[in-house]
Amino acid sequence: MKLKLALAALTLSLQFSTAQAHSVWLEPSSTVLSKAAYITVAGAAGNDKFHYNHAALRGLNENFTAIAPDGSTVAPENLMAGKLRTVFDLNLTQSGTYRLAVASEGIMASWKEGEQTKRFRGNAEAFAKDVPANATDLRVNEGVNRLETFVTVGKPTDIKPIGKGLELVPITHPNDLFAGETATFRFVVDGKPAAGLEVLIMRGGSRYRNQLEEIKLTTDAEGKFSIKWPEAGMYWLDADAQDDKTTVPQARERRLSYVATFEVLPQ
Amino acid sequence: MRRLIPLLCTGLLATPALAAELKLDIEVPRLNVAEYHRPYVAVWIEKPDNSVAANLAVWYDTKMRNDEGTKWLKDMRQWWRRIGRDVAVPIDGVTSATRAPGMHSISFVEGKSPLGKLAAGEYRLQIEAAREAGGRELVTIPFQWPPKQALVEKAKGEHELGALSLELKP
Repeated sequence: MKLKLALAALTLSLQFSTAQAHSVWLEPSSTVLSKAAYITVAGAAGNDKFHYNHAALRGLNENFTAIAPDGSTVAPENLMAGKLRTVFDLNLTQSGTYRLAVASEGIMASWKEGEQTKRFRGNAEAFAKDVPANATDLRVNEGVNRLETFVTVGKPTDIKPIGKGLELVPITHPNDLFAGETATFRFVVDGKPAAGLEVLIMRGGSRYRNQLEEIKLTTDAEGKFSIKWPEAGMYWLDADAQDDKTTVPQARERRLSYVATFEVLPQ
Repeated sequence: MRRLIPLLCTGLLATPALAAELKLDIEVPRLNVAEYHRPYVAVWIEKPDNSVAANLAVWYDTKMRNDEGTKWLKDMRQWWRRIGRDVAVPIDGVTSATRAPGMHSISFVEGKSPLGKLAAGEYRLQIEAAREAGGRELVTIPFQWPPKQALVEKAKGEHELGALSLELKP
């Protein structure tokens, strides 16, 4: 498998029109709770992680799911899409770990009809129907994107792998992260180890320091990487890959993107 | 009886009490703040590998409606990850209400809940405090078990805990 890295979350632009070259994130108000409670979650796009100064996160209505510890889904409440951020509440009633994810996949195409540029976004079925077979200058890309975070009420529970696209499989539980300690995770593509993948990690609050303090790591042969958290804070993690496992033959490649938010607590 | 007396005597000489004891004095400091809430405090014993040997005491707001006081148990972060999230409160003989500023003494006897039996070795007594609208502090007092002789280990918190005194009796 050919994995190519892309530093910015460019591939997410397939999913979030506002994202463009900017990064996207989900920021939960709490990641560790003692008892059943509401949390509020914000989503946005921008360069400065967890600083809301660029654009709201779009596509939540279609692509967001919160999976409860028992596998059921929790519907977002009070969804508000502002100019600079999208916000919603989640009622976490069960004990265990919730997975909050904006996941999407699809085909993006553009072609020429005379002077006009036509665009398409959708699945393989719609692609066959809507995109002319003899389209001129046809450019087709496929993408599988995942933007997620985890929240635990009470005792952390196992996180089930998705098995599709690029995903992070926790070895250290994502709600058990502490400054000065080392956490280990594994990246997989369609369930298989993503070796040699570049992972970018950045702590929030970049407005209050002069350097971004990005941490760049590379996964080993098993897709694993370890990070010793330098300090407490909300961390943004990004990885991108490309391969040729497309569902339509016209697509040049499949772009895979993964973004997650992790909260690291002080000792 | 005749055979028992010498045994008892040697026993008395070597170990004045029948079972070893662990006593802890905790000072909840009086703080000059506009909004004061009594701190949540947890006391437990860890082995060098961070595993838990005994969950000794947890002071939290036990009186709130709908168990609302449990909401902030997670603020004692280390206690929460090591113990709290794996147990249900209240726990008999362990959990109790928060305490007012001043000195508080708690004691435990080997073999009895919640201290139970500790294998011989190195341990750490962990005392963690978290206060609503205030800070959090964790103080560690290392000790050897069983104690060879009566001894007192002193420590001091800087913010949320005051003087701490661990007294071990063989």
